[in-house]
Amino acid sequence: MSADQKVLSVKNLKTYIYVNNRCNKALDGVSFDVYRGKTLCIVGESGCGKSITASSITQLLPKLSRIESGEIIYHSEKGDICIDQLERNGPEMRALRGAEISMIFQDPMTALNPVYRIGAQISEGLKYHSKNTLAQLKQISIELLQQMGIPLAAQRVEDYSHQFSGGMRQRAMIAMAMSCKPKILIADEPTTALDVTIQAQIFELIDELKQRHNTAVILITHDMGVVAELADHVAVMYMGNIVEQGTIDDVLRRPAHPYTEALLKSIPILGKGKQQQIIPIQGSTPDPYQRPKGCQFEPRCPYATEQCQIFPDSQPISGTHEALCWHSEKVLSHA
Amino acid sequence: MPSQEKILHIKGIKTHFPVRKGLLRTVAAHVKAVDGVDLEIYRGETLGLVGESGCGKTTLGKSIIQLVEAVSGQILYYEGEQTFDLLNLSPEEFKHIRQKIQIVFQDPHSSLNPAFTVFGSLQDPLKLYGVKTKAERRKIIGDLLEAVNMRREQMDNYPHEFSGGQRQRIGIARALCVNPEIVICDEAVSALDVSIQAQVLQLLQEIKEARGLTYIFITHDLSVVEYISDRVAVMYLGKIVELAESEALYRTPRHPYTQALLSAIPIADLDRKSERIVLEGDVPNPVSPPSGCAFHPRCPKFKSLSEPEKQHCMGESPQLSDATQLTQPHLVSCHYPN
Repeated sequence: MSADQKVLSVKNLKTYIYVNNRCNKALDGVSFDVYRGKTLCIVGESGCGKSITASSITQLLPKLSRIESGEIIYHSEKGDICIDQLERNGPEMRALRGAEISMIFQDPMTALNPVYRIGAQISEGLKYHSKNTLAQLKQISIELLQQMGIPLAAQRVEDYSHQFSGGMRQRAMIAMAMSCKPKILIADEPTTALDVTIQAQIFELIDELKQRHNTAVILITHDMGVVAELADHVAVMYMGNIVEQGTIDDVLRRPAHPYTEALLKSIPILGKGKQQQIIPIQGSTPDPYQRPKGCQFEPRCPYATEQCQIFPDSQPISGTHEALCWHSEKVLSHA
Repeated sequence: MPSQEKILHIKGIKTHFPVRKGLLRTVAAHVKAVDGVDLEIYRGETLGLVGESGCGKTTLGKSIIQLVEAVSGQILYYEGEQTFDLLNLSPEEFKHIRQKIQIVFQDPHSSLNPAFTVFGSLQDPLKLYGVKTKAERRKIIGDLLEAVNMRREQMDNYPHEFSGGQRQRIGIARALCVNPEIVICDEAVSALDVSIQAQVLQLLQEIKEARGLTYIFITHDLSVVEYISDRVAVMYLGKIVELAESEALYRTPRHPYTQALLSAIPIADLDRKSERIVLEGDVPNPVSPPSGCAFHPRCPKFKSLSEPEKQHCMGESPQLSDATQLTQPHLVSCHYPN
């Protein structure tokens, strides 16, 4: 098994959401690859489409939305599967969801069902995807909770979610997601609701599981610090496009898109003290129903020229690195 | 630069909330949200107050402006020759002090009344503090909006017409409209996106310099605190565990909790990967905090101590005292600091 084997390819994906007779082009041509045993971080501000990317892959989109065009290909051991062609709740999709591709949601309190015991919720996926007796299922849930570092797992498996603390709930969510040993784990802001000391525990856990099972992880976050610590590959999103992607070194050390460059300059970095200069990005993100004509970042961009009225093509920087900007050369030489 | 002139002195403040149980709603226990905090705040400084959720940092802020009532202790406010004890004020004095200390709340969506225009929300304090005519009030509010980088005409808009960053600016304008001396920023930038967060942080810095304000900056984000604060106080379970100049605290943290907290933060810089100290377990329940030092069940240092030393940590609660004896005080509450 080679180290950089693709498990998922997304090609030119367009997902539109229809609300009040208006169309929000939430994803407008997104392409990326996910590799076995690697972490892809999708980073961006609220409303940029990072969560819609995740729910497109798992087909958990809101009702009034649809994948307009593009491909989501899951490279399974039995051959390629076009996820976008599957019926949302059809048998093929349900066979994948939870077993091959699973998801950790942002808020563990609302993602867990308050009227079922934790153990029942953890083993629910296994019940559908494997043939185990009830006693075996319980045993597996206890083992999973133990692996997640929850003390007294044999007793805790009988608890309800309100008896767990925030960090423990998120561990239970991870146990649930990992129960069928998925090939792809999608974590949508898994630690945003948690404190930093608990966040550190959760990240250590996800990293350990990734290494043990060679799972591909798609981590969605808004925190550049998290990206720097965990990612192998990074995709920066802005207004429904991936504006820049590459390996972590490419993107963080040699940003080629003005948005990435500006984003990195606008955050205070721990340990740099009071002397550090932070430079805010001017203006605010545009209304998704009144988008700029060409490049989406053009109204806020210091590099903008006439050319930016036309939507840019993806510019390759190196074999692993690309940016969606006419002026990426200039941005690179500037940094 | 901050002066050495004290503006606020918090002495042994305790804020407890009763937990009621049973049919008769009898008080079964107390949540000790703030449990004996001593703090001096100097004119013109920015004091950062950090800690995890539930450590009591917001309750401390609210106790200072008396949105919640402290059960014991003293908060002294110095104004020229006069000293006010904030917990024992006459109604006139209370009105006077309210003007001096203002707060910016965390959530810009719920802290503005949706039924009022910006002008409607901001004019009440001005009325109360003696700006009689409407024309005058409109002028003052217009100037304030310009000071927070918004347009004068926007005062006739309703909160739903603004973005999160703009609402937070309105929140700041509201705090400033009565010319306060101290502004408490309670997670003022936490709900904002990173690019907007930088705009608001810079705005707060500019306003502070222009008006000579004193900030108490409450947040859980240690990178933001380092950027904005002169001194930083770290709280854990209702107590301050470490208090020092911002630079000293970040460079040489003395308390094991501060060390773990700092090491747990993901840093957006590829060249500096720190050794991470991962704490075990969760923050204990503040209804029944652990005996002695409240941090000992999670303390990484506690495990390496000898048996009599462990007994000491479990038996006696450490006091906040100077650990370094250097020119700048570096207070830490630990029996065996680093």
